[in-house]
Amino acid sequence: MAEHRREGLVLSIAVGIVGLTFGVLANAAGLSLPQIIVMSALMFTGASQFAAVSVIDGGGSSYAAVGSAMLLAARNALYGPVVSRFFGASPLRRGMSAHFVIDETTAMASIQDDDETAANAFWWTALWLWSLWNIGSIGGALLGSLIGHPETYGLDAAFPAAFVALLVPHLRERPGRVAAIVGGGLAIAAVPISPAGVPLLVAALGVVPGWLLGRRQGVETAS
Amino acid sequence: MSWTAIWIMVAGAFGFKVFGVLGLSRLADGPGRSFQAITALIPAALFSAMVVVQTITTDDRLVLDARVWGVGAGIVAVWRRAPFMLVVVLTMAVTALVRWQTLV
Repeated sequence: MAEHRREGLVLSIAVGIVGLTFGVLANAAGLSLPQIIVMSALMFTGASQFAAVSVIDGGGSSYAAVGSAMLLAARNALYGPVVSRFFGASPLRRGMSAHFVIDETTAMASIQDDDETAANAFWWTALWLWSLWNIGSIGGALLGSLIGHPETYGLDAAFPAAFVALLVPHLRERPGRVAAIVGGGLAIAAVPISPAGVPLLVAALGVVPGWLLGRRQGVETAS
Repeated sequence: MSWTAIWIMVAGAFGFKVFGVLGLSRLADGPGRSFQAITALIPAALFSAMVVVQTITTDDRLVLDARVWGVGAGIVAVWRRAPFMLVVVLTMAVTALVRWQTLV
């Protein structure tokens, strides 16, 4: 199996295990199995789904759940320009493909060297991740409390570490390094003063100094 | 949770994704290469933020716990060019071990 597909599968297996814990939590929060299936299959953005059921589980209203979920879902819009060129020209096809634009698929596509491999990495990761996320969610909802806390296995640290590996290729050049440092710094500064999801949107501003630097370097090279 | 809330979230989540692919990406395809250069940096900024937020925060607080050790081990593994699978497994093992040690 090609390396990018293998990495996509490893990431998807980890996501599938997290899907189990989503199913457990959603079930404990009182969601029915059809509701859990609709969320995982059609909402298909893990952080938002967790946020929504956590609000309900904590006694919050449906409106509060929707609000938290949407703040976390907003960043997927920022991934559109990164991956949209893999979706062809037809607006209908582009729209349908958008369903699979999430952190993991964007990450796997964005670290490949050429567009063909990138598109391949995107779609294989999308296929595996969607399948395993849904199988995991349903399994968690049915098995419930048989599954322990994912923290016991260190699963909560697996994602940031996986994204370290997926971040490194973006740090090869200085604009990328500046965007990463400023983005990370802004996010940390925003955490204590904003609801979950907002720090990641604020982090996007890190592209500005990175871009300015790249432009200046470009001008210098040209002259 | 009400079905209404769930369908609103389904529509909203899809709406954001479609807005990105059909709306924002049009800026990137437009004249001038600025937007292309900007969007190319989005993964760097966002994934870096995800790493720090998920490693050292819980809810809206800064929290240093076993995750720091686990992700630290993961960073060393990435630096040593370990395979992706090893990075993930090593991180989980170190985090679980430190967490277990602090519990005992």
